[in-house]
Amino acid sequence: MMSVLQIVALIFSLFALSRVILRTKDSKLSPKEFVFWTSIWLSLLGVVFFPDYSTKFAEIIGLRRGVDVVIYSSIGILFYMLFRLYIKFEEREQEITKVVREIALLKKKNRKR
Amino acid sequence: MGEKVYIVIPAYNEAKSIGKVLRKLKRSGYHKIIVVDDGSKDRTSAISNKQRVIVLKHIINRGLGGALGTGIKAAVEENADVIVTFDSDGQHSVSDIKKVTTPILNGEADVVIGSRIINKKEHMPFYKKVGNFGLNMITFILYGVYCSDTQSGLRAFSKEAAQKLEIKSNGYEVSSEIIKEVGKNKFKLKEIPIKTIYTDYSIKRGTNLISGIRILIKLSIDKFFR
Repeated sequence: MMSVLQIVALIFSLFALSRVILRTKDSKLSPKEFVFWTSIWLSLLGVVFFPDYSTKFAEIIGLRRGVDVVIYSSIGILFYMLFRLYIKFEEREQEITKVVREIALLKKKNRKR
Repeated sequence: MGEKVYIVIPAYNEAKSIGKVLRKLKRSGYHKIIVVDDGSKDRTSAISNKQRVIVLKHIINRGLGGALGTGIKAAVEENADVIVTFDSDGQHSVSDIKKVTTPILNGEADVVIGSRIINKKEHMPFYKKVGNFGLNMITFILYGVYCSDTQSGLRAFSKEAAQKLEIKSNGYEVSSEIIKEVGKNKFKLKEIPIKTIYTDYSIKRGTNLISGIRILIKLSIDKFFR
């Protein structure tokens, strides 16, 4: 018998995996990102359906429960991704400024002619 | 004096003060003025155009750093010998321009910063002093250059320094970035005491605690993670 948690996790992961495959087909995700996201969702399924294995793994690295591993690593990954997003965002901001600057300077040159 | 001194004024929604600032500058003999209208929604550009100065318009607001970068680049293109940055809110005294340009014209410095701090007669509001000191220390720790007033808007650059200057930041953190560039390019830096005219208007326009914290975060990320 599957528990409610397992059913929810299964539906959610399958949905997420289908998005990953579709976005990769659209070239919105690179092959590298495809591998990253697929392994994230598959490992979620692994933890939910084989809790004994994840608990063993947790004990090896010094935690009590498999769920703890998931929570701690999720927070770590989330922070890292947020940070990367921030850097990307800043880079875009600086590029926008370059474009705005060039437009302003071009207008000045055109006025002079 | 045959040298071309260009005054760069970044302006965002400064219709109330820009006209007066420009008139004062022209009356004192500064006619080479570049106003960078940073996407203002008011009549900043129209008022500046009337004064027959060079007006560069950003189609959208990019912040102080974005505007300064544009103005300095334009001045370099105009073949300026000395480039002065000047605030549009009326907080600087026109007579201080000569003080910041002289060391450059005499070859004593590549970059001059008009400091509101080393001027003993100057009464800066206390909370501004604390915030300024904090940012100065951080700038020193990050870039190894101490400047008593990193956030000052009145600065002068030699042509050579302006050409090498690389301004990437968009917001108020540009002031610290300029100090970083001083360290990186080993520019000769000089600080000159200047007056500040604190009106309610100019206090409202300046950096506050929130923008100070924002500057801090951006500087540290830039330093340690890129």
